[in-house]
Amino acid sequence: MNLMKMTAIELGRKIKKREVSVTEAVTAALDAAERKEPQLNSFVTIDRDGARKQAGIVQKRLDEGEIDNPLAGVPVAVKDNMCTKGLLTTCSSKILYNFIPTYTAQAVLSLEQAGAVVIGKTNMDEFAMGSTTETSAFGETKNPWNLSHVPGGSSGGSCAAVAAGECTYALGSDTGGSIRQPSSFCGVTGLKPTYGTVSRYGLIAYGSSLDQIGPVAKDIADCAAILETIASYDKKDSTSIRRDDYKFTEALIDDVKGMKIGIPGDYFGEGLDEDVKNAVLKAAERLKEKGAIVEEFDLSLVPYAIPAYYIIACAEASSNLARFDGVKYGYRAKEYEGLHNMYKKSRSEGFGAEAKRRIMLGSFVLSSGYYDAYYLKALRTKALIKQAFDRAFEKYDVILGPTAPATAPKLGESLSDPIQMYLGDIYTISVNLAGLPAVSLPCGKDRAGLPIGLQLIGDCFQEKKIIRAAYAFEQTRNYAYSPFAEV
Amino acid sequence: MANIISDETIEYIGILAKLELSEEEKERAKKDMSEMLAYMDQLNELDTDGVEPMSHIFPVSNVFREDVVTNTDGSKDTLFNAPEKKDGGFLVPKTIGS
Amino acid sequence: MSKIYETVIGLEVHVELATKTKIFCSCSTAFGGAPNTHTCPVCTGMPGSLPVLNRQVVEYAMAVGIATNCKITRYCKFDRKNYFYPDNPQNYQISQLYLPICRDGGIEIETAAGKKTVGIHEIHMEEDAGKLVHDEWEDVSIVDYNRSGVPLIEIVSEPDMRSAEEVIAYLEKLRLIIQYLGASDCKLNEGSMRADVNLSVREAGAAYFGTRTEMKNLNSFKAIARAIEGERARQIELLEEGKQVIQETRRWDDNKETSHAMRSKEDAKDYRYFPEPDLVPVVISDEWIAQVRSRQPEMREEKMARYQTQYGLPAYDAGILTGDKTFADLFEAATEICGKPKKVSNWIMVETIRLLKENGMDPDQIQFSPENLAKIVRLADEGTVTNTVAKEVFELVFLKDIDPEAYIKEHGLSTVSDEGALRAAVEQVIRENPQSVEDYRNGKEKAIGFLVGQTMKAMKGKANPGMVNQLLRELL
Repeated sequence: MNLMKMTAIELGRKIKKREVSVTEAVTAALDAAERKEPQLNSFVTIDRDGARKQAGIVQKRLDEGEIDNPLAGVPVAVKDNMCTKGLLTTCSSKILYNFIPTYTAQAVLSLEQAGAVVIGKTNMDEFAMGSTTETSAFGETKNPWNLSHVPGGSSGGSCAAVAAGECTYALGSDTGGSIRQPSSFCGVTGLKPTYGTVSRYGLIAYGSSLDQIGPVAKDIADCAAILETIASYDKKDSTSIRRDDYKFTEALIDDVKGMKIGIPGDYFGEGLDEDVKNAVLKAAERLKEKGAIVEEFDLSLVPYAIPAYYIIACAEASSNLARFDGVKYGYRAKEYEGLHNMYKKSRSEGFGAEAKRRIMLGSFVLSSGYYDAYYLKALRTKALIKQAFDRAFEKYDVILGPTAPATAPKLGESLSDPIQMYLGDIYTISVNLAGLPAVSLPCGKDRAGLPIGLQLIGDCFQEKKIIRAAYAFEQTRNYAYSPFAEV
Repeated sequence: MANIISDETIEYIGILAKLELSEEEKERAKKDMSEMLAYMDQLNELDTDGVEPMSHIFPVSNVFREDVVTNTDGSKDTLFNAPEKKDGGFLVPKTIGS
Repeated sequence: MSKIYETVIGLEVHVELATKTKIFCSCSTAFGGAPNTHTCPVCTGMPGSLPVLNRQVVEYAMAVGIATNCKITRYCKFDRKNYFYPDNPQNYQISQLYLPICRDGGIEIETAAGKKTVGIHEIHMEEDAGKLVHDEWEDVSIVDYNRSGVPLIEIVSEPDMRSAEEVIAYLEKLRLIIQYLGASDCKLNEGSMRADVNLSVREAGAAYFGTRTEMKNLNSFKAIARAIEGERARQIELLEEGKQVIQETRRWDDNKETSHAMRSKEDAKDYRYFPEPDLVPVVISDEWIAQVRSRQPEMREEKMARYQTQYGLPAYDAGILTGDKTFADLFEAATEICGKPKKVSNWIMVETIRLLKENGMDPDQIQFSPENLAKIVRLADEGTVTNTVAKEVFELVFLKDIDPEAYIKEHGLSTVSDEGALRAAVEQVIRENPQSVEDYRNGKEKAIGFLVGQTMKAMKGKANPGMVNQLLRELL
C-alpha cells in the first residue's frame, strides 16, 4: 500500500478507520520527500520533528473524538509565502532567509485546526514573482514528469510535491495563475477561489488585490474538501467576504446536463500549442457528451489583461515589498554607511533579479507623472475586463479553455525574455483581475509526455459550478501519476 | 507614448525603491523597462473614457473593528526577528542628518 | 525695506485621536510603556499582516468635520503613501489622498483685527509613525513602534491666515473644538497636536501666491509664533536681495530660533500614492452622520450660556472656565461634588491659574482631582480652615494631589476658635507691640490690622480671624 499515491480523502478515510495511523501517514510523506528532494527540490524547509510531533497530537485528538474533518491526519505542504509560527518562512528569497514568524497564516491555522499536519514549506518563485520557480533564491524546483523541465510557478514547489507524492496535497497562492499554471505543468489539480474567499492574513503579499490562497491536490474532490476547510470569513482580513455557502463538496456530482459552457475563441488563437489545443477541445467534447451545452464565444480584451495585470501587480508589489529593509526582520547587509545605504544594500543584496525588476517597474508606474497613464489606465482596463466576464457569465455557467498556451518549458529557457514569459500567463491573469474562481485540472499529455491543463473559470462565488464540471470531466479519465510518484 | 528609460530615471527609481544596481544591472533594467513599458502602452489602444478605475472587485464597504484593546505586550514577538536590537528597540544607523 | 509684504499662511495640523486602540489593530494607544510593548504584527509591518479599520476613528474624524462645518465625504477611501523611514515599519503610511473623509469647512476666529473665517480644505485619517531615539554615544538610533499606528487626523487649512496672531487664534479655536468633542487631548508638548506651517510672502495686495515653505518641529504656540516671524523675515530678505524662495520643508530649531532645510538626495518627495488594496471603502450614510451629530457634546458657546443660567456665574467667569476644556471639566466635576459653583470658579480662576503660571504649566497638565478641589472649597467655605491655610494646602493639592482633609487633620491645621488659646495669643501680641497698641488707641484704626496679622502669625495662620479681631478690640 503506497500511502503517497492516495488522495487526501482516501488517506483521511483510512486514518479515520484506524487502518493507518497519523504518524504512519506523516512519516510516509517525510520519507518520500527526503528520498526525492535531492532531485526535485520542491521544498525550502522540511519540518520532520515538528510534523512528527504534530502527528502525535492529531492522533490523540482523533482518538478522543475531537476532530471529524476528512483531512485530519493527512500530511500537507504549504507554500513558503504563508507564515507558519516557529517555522522558517522565506518566500524563497534571501531577504527572508532567516525569518521565523511568530504567527500562523489563517488558512494554515484552519487546516491545523482540522487536524492537517504540515510537513514543510514549498519552494516558489521569489515572492511569487515568476512562472517557473526558477527565481527562487534556494534553487529551482524540477518537474516530476521530466527533470529537465520547470514545474511552472510560482507555486511550483507545491505542485511538484503533490505530483511527486512528497505530500498528499498542498496549499499554493495565485496572483496571476500561480496555482493553476504549475498545476497544469505538473499534472495536478489546483483551484484559485473567488477573491476574498480564503483569508489572506499571514500570506506574504505580492499583489494584494489579486492574491488568493488555494488548494493543490490530485483531484477536484480533494480540492473541494480542502477549500471547504480553509475558506472562511476572517475579521483580520478586511477584504475577506462572508459567504452564504461553504459546502463545496456538495458540488461533487457527475452531472453537467444542461450546463452552459462557453469556449472563448480568443483563447485558441496564435501562440497556443497544437497538442494543448486538441486536448482541451477534447475535454470540452467529453463534457458535451455528458450533456453540457458547449458554445464558442468572443470574450474580448484578452491581450490587454497582461499589461494591466503587470502594472497593477508590480505597483502593489513595489509597496508591499518596501517593508523588507533590514530593520525589523530578515537580511541586513553586513557593511553599509548610514541609513539609506543600509536600505539600498540590504534590498539590493537580498532581492533577486525578477523581484527587483518588478519593484522598479511598480515604482515607476506609480511615480509622479505616470500614475494616470499607467496605473489608472490599468484599473480602468480591469473594470472593462470585469465587464467582459460579467457579460459572458450572463450566458454561461462555466468558461472552458487551456490553462497555459504550452506545456512546461525546459529549465533556463524562460527567464531571458520577460515579456515572452509574461505572455505565458495570458489565460490565467484575467481571472485574477476579475476576482473569479478557476480550476486547472489535467486533461492529457503532449507529444513529449508532459501534462496539459484544462482551465474552468466560474463567475464570482460560483466555485460549485466549476467543481461540478471538473468532477464530471474527471470521471471520464484516470489520474495519471508522474514517474516520480512511482519511486 | 514611447518611453526611453534614461540613466537618470533608473537612478531616480533606485532612490524611490531603495535599490542600488550594478552598471550591468542598470543596463539590463533600462532595456527591460523600456520594453515592458512599450508593451504596456498597448493599453492606449483601449478607449477607457468614462470608465471608473476599479481598485476593489467587490462593492464591499465599512469593515470595522470595535475600539477594544485585546492585544497584550507584543515586544518579545515584535523583536524576535530583529537583525539588531538595543534597549527593547530596533537598532538602525543614526537617522539624524541622513 | 521699500516694499510692503503680506504673509500668507496655511496650516497642516495633525491630531492624535483619543481612541483606546490603534487605527488598524487592537493594540493600546496608551502613552508610556516600555519600547515596543504596545505592538503586534500589524503595527510593526510584519509580513502577511493586514489592517482592519477602527470604527471610532471614523466617528471622531466625522465629529471634527461636522464641528468645523466640513462636508462629509460619503464614499471615502484610504491610500498608501510610500516612503522609506525606520519609524514607518511598512515603509508606507496608510493615509487618504484622493477621497479624504471631510472637505470644504471652516471656522471663525477672532483677533484684534476682528473676526474672520479660516477655511478648512480637508481632514483626512492616517496612522502615526513610531519613535526614534538617538543614541548619545554611538551613531545609531533605536526604533520604538508603540506610537506606530496611533490614529491621526490631519486638518489642512486653506492659506487664509496672514499673521502669527491669526494662526494662534485658529489653533486655539481648533484645539478647543476638538477637546470639547473629546476627540483628542490636543497636547502640543506631548505631540498629540502638531502643526506644520506653510508660509509664503507676497507684495501686499498681490493676487499671486509666493513660493511657500513648510516648517516642521513646532512644539508650542510660542515656537509657532517665533517660527512664523523668523520665516517671514527670511523670505523677505531673500526677495529683497533678489533671490528666490525655494519650495522646501524646513525644520525649526526653537532654541536657536532658526530653521534649516530638510533636504537629502535620498529623499525624492514622490510618494507614489495609490488606493490601499487591503482596506475597503468607507461609505457614510445620512443616518450615520445624523447619529454622530446627535452625540456631539455641548460646545463652548452653549456651555458658556449654561454656566450663567444654571450656576449664576458672571459672564467673565463662564468665559474663562469654558475657554479651556480642562477648566470646564474640573469646574463641573467639583461643583457637582460640593455644590458651590461660584466658590469653585474662584478657586480655579485665581489660585489655579496663578499656580499654573508660577509653574509654567498649561491647564491640560493639571494633576489634581476635582474631589480634592471640592474638599478645599468646602473646608475653606465652612471655616474649617482659614483662607491662608486653605491656600497653602491647595498648593500641595495642586502639586501632589494630596487629600486636603487628611492633610489638615494630620498637621493640625484646623482653625483655632478656642477662646482661651486665642485670648492668650492676643494678650501676648499686645504686650509685645506697645507702639501699635498706642497708635490704635490714638485713633489709628489701621494699626489693628497689624495686630491681627501678628496674632495670625503667632497662631501659624490657623486662628479664627473674626474672633481675633473681636478679642483685640475687647482687650484694647
